[in-house]
Amino acid sequence: MKLSAINQRRLENFKSNRRGYWSMILFLGLFTISLFAEVVANDKPLLISYKGELYTPFLVSYPETAFGGDFETEADYRDPFVSELISEAGGWIIWPPIRYSYTTINYDLKSPAPSPPDSENWLGTDDQGRDVMARVIYGYRISVAFGLILTILSSAIGVAAGAVQGYFGGTVDLIFQRVLEIWGGMPSLYILIILAAMIEPTFLILLGLLLLFSWPSLVGVVRAEFLRSRNFDYVRAARALGVRDSVIIFKHLLPNSMVSALTFLPFVLTGSIVSLTSLDFLGLGLPPGSPSLGELLAQGKANLQAPWLGITAFLVLSIMLSLAFFMQEGIRDAFDPRKTFN
Amino acid sequence: MSMLTVDNLAISFKVKGKDIPAVKHVSFEISRGETLALVGESGSGKSITALSILQLLPYPLASHPHGKILVDGKNVIGASEATMHTIRGNKISMIFQEPMTSLNPLHTIEKQINETLFIHKGMNKKQAAARVRELLDLVGMEATEDRLNAYPHQLSGGQRQRVMIAMALANEPDLLIADEPTTALDVTIQAQILELLRDLQARLNMAILLITHDLGIVRNMAKTVCVMTDGEIVEQAPTEQIFTTPQHPYTKMLLAAEPKGLPYTKDEAAPEIIRGDDLKVYFPIKKGLLKKTVDYVRAVDGISVSVKAGHTVGVVGESGSGKSTLGFALLRLIKSEGGIFYQGNPIHTKSWNELRDLRSDIQIVFQDPYSSLSPRLSVGQIVEEGLLVHQGRGDTAQRRALIARTLEEVGIDGTAQDRYPHEFSGGQRQRIAIARALILKPKFIVLDEPTSALDMSVQAQIVDLLRDLQSRYNLAYLFISHDLKVVRALADTVLVMKAGKVVEQGPAQQIFDAPQTQYTKALMKAAFDLATLK
Repeated sequence: MKLSAINQRRLENFKSNRRGYWSMILFLGLFTISLFAEVVANDKPLLISYKGELYTPFLVSYPETAFGGDFETEADYRDPFVSELISEAGGWIIWPPIRYSYTTINYDLKSPAPSPPDSENWLGTDDQGRDVMARVIYGYRISVAFGLILTILSSAIGVAAGAVQGYFGGTVDLIFQRVLEIWGGMPSLYILIILAAMIEPTFLILLGLLLLFSWPSLVGVVRAEFLRSRNFDYVRAARALGVRDSVIIFKHLLPNSMVSALTFLPFVLTGSIVSLTSLDFLGLGLPPGSPSLGELLAQGKANLQAPWLGITAFLVLSIMLSLAFFMQEGIRDAFDPRKTFN
Repeated sequence: MSMLTVDNLAISFKVKGKDIPAVKHVSFEISRGETLALVGESGSGKSITALSILQLLPYPLASHPHGKILVDGKNVIGASEATMHTIRGNKISMIFQEPMTSLNPLHTIEKQINETLFIHKGMNKKQAAARVRELLDLVGMEATEDRLNAYPHQLSGGQRQRVMIAMALANEPDLLIADEPTTALDVTIQAQILELLRDLQARLNMAILLITHDLGIVRNMAKTVCVMTDGEIVEQAPTEQIFTTPQHPYTKMLLAAEPKGLPYTKDEAAPEIIRGDDLKVYFPIKKGLLKKTVDYVRAVDGISVSVKAGHTVGVVGESGSGKSTLGFALLRLIKSEGGIFYQGNPIHTKSWNELRDLRSDIQIVFQDPYSSLSPRLSVGQIVEEGLLVHQGRGDTAQRRALIARTLEEVGIDGTAQDRYPHEFSGGQRQRIAIARALILKPKFIVLDEPTSALDMSVQAQIVDLLRDLQSRYNLAYLFISHDLKVVRALADTVLVMKAGKVVEQGPAQQIFDAPQTQYTKALMKAAFDLATLK
């Protein structure tokens, strides 16, 4: 696909903003790695050769009997008994770099949990003896995925609502604005606490709940942009040609208001990530046992004698949010026609 | 000795690390009491030449590779900011094109003028107050208490320009730089301001550097003319000589560029295309806590107009007289009262959706070709928009061929349809806007000041194009303009509007040759003689 001249200029502008460019590569690179978290940190091996046959335990669940064990249940590969069975049969095991999943409890801790970082648990373990490194990788995945999905959904709803208000104006605008004001006045945290007490929150339910309160953030900018540009001559010309409202909105107005919407996106994304983290911190977020940075932060607060918990959570969060922000700042500046890069 | 000497001046701008020359080899001089005009089309470098005299360019992005600017014999290029402060607003003052944006919207008139008095004259409040009254008197404004405490938005365009001039004169400058001082003003106001400038020059014996694209103004004001194009002065001569025996081909072209010719004779029995009966467009003025409608702005107040096939109705009037609103109302782009009939059928009762099919027959071209083309669509996409609405997607190759044909008809290369509007000049963009209206083969086009935003020579070309298209397709035009010269070249019938009402209406010949009402007479005198009616 050939980019139009203006998009080529934007791409060049973005690349010449080195901080934004590298932040994007790092942020997306880390996210890609965390998408394959099961291959990076898992208590199940990637590949096992047993009696000339290959097994992929991280994808398929095999009973212990498959390797000559006693139980019909899934093999526990961390059990020395199982690995001995395999090596005695002349087989071999390929492990992921980190031999813990986010739920794996390390029973052979040298000191009581939470145990400090060592060569086995690179970032130590939390108060239930789970490997912090593994939990951070899985937690990063959930946070970023949650943030991205929430940002995309709330932008879509917010832009649509702002577009309708700005384009039609008048009574539609008036009513919508009042509704928004009432909506914005709702104590969102209390409502979340009450709802979390009534229903067991899952990833999707949390997404829905937070979406209820995050979509209005973009409405204002898009509405203002539409109000401004709906009186432009090219929109009038389109109306004079008999072009339908929906076509005018999508073809003429939306592309022009995207730049101002982009300006707000960094705040929406970081805000989404932080809102999930804070709910987890308060214990109202993802179900217990889920890998989450907020929960790690809460553990850090509860176990001040184990500073690696708090420090890890803090560093991961701040680096992740900074990268996300720098990346979007770069994108935003690349779209800004007044910004010049040398 | 001359007051200002510009000697072999060059100006360059740094773009991506490279110096791009914008002005090269410009030389002229002005003495006290004399007016020199810099004439040229947009982009010829006349404004930046003026700005460089006050060293107001964005240095160090801008630079002067060579040349000298001598103010009273002293070179100001590279002069310190402190030195420039003693010159700017003191020895040399400047007035700008757009008086609304050159005045601070948050300051009262008195405060604006005071500022220069405090800075340069070190006056105290009392002295300044007296001087402000004197200055306003000088520029022909009554210095009532109301006026002094007024904010810029409460004044009319002409009054704002007078305030600008009063500010510029506050320190009795030796040189006044007037950068298109009347371009944004109505013709009658323009005549007043030009008279004021002439009068002030005679009284204060100052030099005026007049920058304009309007040759009519030059003829009226200047002693010497410098014709600029492409950053160079191509011809420099006394005004009379320029107009009688121009030497350079560019000057000749500029002089020939006035919109000329008359509309060709039309078939009087042609059928009526569109008619508006007693059209009214009122905008409510709301006041009070409950926003009750207390009164209306009567933008269009009971106007009847009828356009025949192949004919042009010219609508003239000053800004705010409701010309454009009338055009929008006829096309039902805004709400109006009164009957609108298209080929005899009432269309004022139809809903927006019922009108859609009709839209291909009635079209509009706007004033500013920079804002009427979406910057994010290619030329082809812009022109095809109407086709998609009225004929569907159809065959891509056929559609592209039709777009190319239409573009060629308005004088744009048909292969250019994949390029974007910003790659075209103002005149070319206006041609594209005309192509957009034309591709649907309309019968009636509202032309809303289609030439006002364009350079003089381009104006003439667009007028020729419109006349040519009219004869070829038997188009009916409603031609809205404040420029009477352009209207004379196109219109068969003329409608003079003032404050939403028709002042005078009749065949063009009659209106131009023998105007009946006082208002029309004043308008004609201002437009053709640049003088006010005494």
